[in-house]
Amino acid sequence: MSRQDFDRRSSQGDRLLSVDGLNVEFAVPGGTIRALRDVSISVETGETLGIAGESGSGKSTLALAIVRYLDSNARVPSGEIRFKGRDLLGMSRRELQSLRGNEIAHVAQNASRALNPSLTIGEQIKETVELHQDVSGNAAAMERVYEVLHQVNIPDPEGMVDRYPNELSGGQQQRALIAVGLSCNPELLILDEPTTGLDVTTQAKLLDLIEELKAEYDVGIVLITHNLGVIAQIADRVNILYAGEMMEKGTVREVFEEPANPYTQALLATTPELDKNKELRAIPGQIPELGSIPDGCIFADRCAFATEECRSGDIDVETVSPTHQTRCRRWETAVADPIETGTATRRSSTPGDVILSIENLVKHYDEGAFLRNLLGDHQPVRAVRDVSLTIREGETVGLVGESGCGKSTLGRTLLRLHDPTTGRITFRGTDLASMSKAQRREFRSECQIIFQDPEASLNPRKTVNEIVPRPLRLFTDLDEPAREERVEELLDQVNLSLDLKTKFPHELSGGQQQRVAIARAFAANPSLVVLDEPVSSLDVSVQASILNLLSELREEYNTSYLLISHDMGVIESVCDRLAIMYLGKIVERGTLEDVFEPPYHPYTRSLLSSIPSLDPDDDTDRIRLEGDVPSARTPPSGCSFHTRCPQKIGEVCEAEEPPLEAVDGTGGDGEAAHCVSCHLDREEMSRPLDDI
Amino acid sequence: MNTLYLAKRVVIAFLSLFIVSSLVFGMTMALPGSAAEIILGTQQTEESVQQVREEMGLNRPLHVRYLDFVVGTFTLDWGQSLVSDQPVVDLIAPRLARTLQLALFAMLLSIVIAIPLGVIAAADRDTIVDTLITSVSYVGVSIPSFVSASLLLLFLTTPPLDLFPTGGFVPFSEGFVPWLRHLILPAVSLNVIIFAYVLRQTRSSMIETLESDYIRTARLKGLTERSVLAKHALRNGLLPTVTVLAINFGWMMGSVVIVEEIFSYPGMGRLIVQAISERDLPVIQAGILVPTAAFIFANLLADIVYTYLDPRIQLGEQ
Repeated sequence: MSRQDFDRRSSQGDRLLSVDGLNVEFAVPGGTIRALRDVSISVETGETLGIAGESGSGKSTLALAIVRYLDSNARVPSGEIRFKGRDLLGMSRRELQSLRGNEIAHVAQNASRALNPSLTIGEQIKETVELHQDVSGNAAAMERVYEVLHQVNIPDPEGMVDRYPNELSGGQQQRALIAVGLSCNPELLILDEPTTGLDVTTQAKLLDLIEELKAEYDVGIVLITHNLGVIAQIADRVNILYAGEMMEKGTVREVFEEPANPYTQALLATTPELDKNKELRAIPGQIPELGSIPDGCIFADRCAFATEECRSGDIDVETVSPTHQTRCRRWETAVADPIETGTATRRSSTPGDVILSIENLVKHYDEGAFLRNLLGDHQPVRAVRDVSLTIREGETVGLVGESGCGKSTLGRTLLRLHDPTTGRITFRGTDLASMSKAQRREFRSECQIIFQDPEASLNPRKTVNEIVPRPLRLFTDLDEPAREERVEELLDQVNLSLDLKTKFPHELSGGQQQRVAIARAFAANPSLVVLDEPVSSLDVSVQASILNLLSELREEYNTSYLLISHDMGVIESVCDRLAIMYLGKIVERGTLEDVFEPPYHPYTRSLLSSIPSLDPDDDTDRIRLEGDVPSARTPPSGCSFHTRCPQKIGEVCEAEEPPLEAVDGTGGDGEAAHCVSCHLDREEMSRPLDDI
Repeated sequence: MNTLYLAKRVVIAFLSLFIVSSLVFGMTMALPGSAAEIILGTQQTEESVQQVREEMGLNRPLHVRYLDFVVGTFTLDWGQSLVSDQPVVDLIAPRLARTLQLALFAMLLSIVIAIPLGVIAAADRDTIVDTLITSVSYVGVSIPSFVSASLLLLFLTTPPLDLFPTGGFVPFSEGFVPWLRHLILPAVSLNVIIFAYVLRQTRSSMIETLESDYIRTARLKGLTERSVLAKHALRNGLLPTVTVLAINFGWMMGSVVIVEEIFSYPGMGRLIVQAISERDLPVIQAGILVPTAAFIFANLLADIVYTYLDPRIQLGEQ
């Protein structure tokens, strides 16, 4: 539907869903959490309303409030929810049951947990059909099941109905869950973080699906996500939530092109964008506790435009244009003088000596015990297959690929957290396998790792003051006062207040926890730190500050990083060189410029083109990869990417494995060279997208 | 259902049985003095020891005796009782059958009463019903079986409530009602503790299940609370209960001694007590092996039920 259509329809006032002045409170021991305050949204048939916000913004609460599924300690003191004119808040249990799953479908986040593990996909869809639809007999119900599975593009619907959720890939699970939601032709579809946790390639295909479904089913869609790129690509209108309040709403174009709220501006400035050379601006401070709501604007403490007048009274929603509203008194100033995203100066580092080199590393998992090999035709997981890589002093190497490509295994194996199956790892010229106990100890103190989930990587029973100096005790002979001094210095460097010293990990926010993990990793002056998805569990506003911190520490300590990430934006903002991994092999490596610009390996190109852009007008053609990553137990022959490659030549791809060699034709594979492992020639790898 | 996984479970069950029989054999070997001396006790003479050694085959080489014992475990050939000269298996079989009837009946009571109560408590969590059920089960956990057995005897077998016989056993072939009347009291007292365990386990795992995301999905499909419970929650929520039942079954097989003694129930428990007092070593050995085997096979059964209930279970990933 075009935007003119949208304007016309909204003026006709045919409201599918309208939420007016909704307040939701949760009674908790010692007070009330005011999770949603004065939230109003409206959705019409045939449009996608995006709801964006960070964690704690109340977006999932809003979704559950619409289907009247709030915890027993929740209260709705005021507000109204109307669905096709009917008052949802006043409905009886029976009326709700006939509405849920039938006219309103809620598709929860995290499909792997939202599907019942002990029922087949077919049963889970069929039961909704049988419940709400007038189908006669099993055959008619199953027909609808096949139909809806077909519509969500699940491969082999006939076979899929008998499978259990654990037998499906993440993307397939999400599709199956959407199929459950669509099975009774709902008029309103609520999608809560439908692409979170999926690879960019899978996400891109899912977004296509949502667009298709909107056209096919003539539904209204409420799309909840923290990912602004997703909103920019498929939503018609957007509402930005912050700490339980609606900060800004309007058409996607208006909000993304001329954000009239300081929070929206700050959020856009802190989101990494590919190929923009953007200097990420962290949002200072953190989201407030909702136990006591301060007077005035909820964002004032973190706002670049806030003045004294922002800190008192109720902040009203102001009109920017008929289709664009903002909750800000100073929006005109914000529009006139918006937060600029500076250009990052890409550092020109001169890397030093090689500190770590990996030669022909192979790592197999799960090679099978005696009995399993005896009883079954058992294949090990070939997580890393013949990888060579060097890391120099002061250099940051990125490692990118879809999940299941062996990135984390490689990162852990090179630290000897796993033993390699074959291959050589040398640290400053010494083979790890032949290290003495003392040398091994030295290696441990020189090489550290930071994990994705900071809470899980910090001992829950130790305070910050016990966690951070641990490497100092292990690897240095500093005495107590010297250690204490060092801890204070470290906490200062990672921007943590000294008051936090006595806190336990669960008392800290996610960003603070990751800072503690970073302080611990840097305690003993490491020369190499493996960063395994260091920011992917963090909100985007926190993400930028952690990435900036990591860059500062790198300058300060001249540390090398191996940064493992699925997020190209994150890679671009930190790395000097990068390697693209697919099914346990490096398929392309080179400097940032080399890899991000043609010639590309077809896999790199697909990854890059799958990333949703923040520009709603970005209509560039996108590559959609077929299927999922094949099993690492039985990788395809020849070039392992041939089963999904959009530029496959033919038999040669299936039969012969292309070597990783320099694209400049010299045939060399030096570490600085731009190397690609592909049968295509240079021209074919550089061809514009629409020719493929 | 994963046949490979089941095959592995069966192999492991038999492997465990082999290890247990080796342990029992090793324990007999480790006893100070020879088995013959222990059996004869204070009445031993040079000749009588020699004679018993001959009878028991203790003169054969160690590895022959070990092999004999282990093979015997699997072929149910545990030798002759030293007291009655009957084959041990003939002594064990009828008593094992009676003890199994008792244990299975007690299990059945748990399944038909404790599990539904646990489910009700979970579904009506934090209501008066839940509080009532939970506190009754607390009382159950804290009563040892000899206390509950004695109390039952005291109140239900004497006037004015002379409802049940004080003990003994009547085979099923002599009528269902007499059989049942003899079985109920020992089964109830055996049940008091495991009943509470089963109920509490059912309640807590059902509560956890009812809070899971897929239950929310089911409710948001518009299903009634009853279908949510029956179709989506039970199957997942009862998984841990299956394990608790299996472990308790093994525990019951070992702890029937007291209950059988109090109710003069002619089962395995009484046989073992008698064998110990008579130093009847082959019967004692079998008396250790049989409940252990029951424990092993109850767990095997639990694993089979598990694979039926939970399709995620596969070889090596649990």
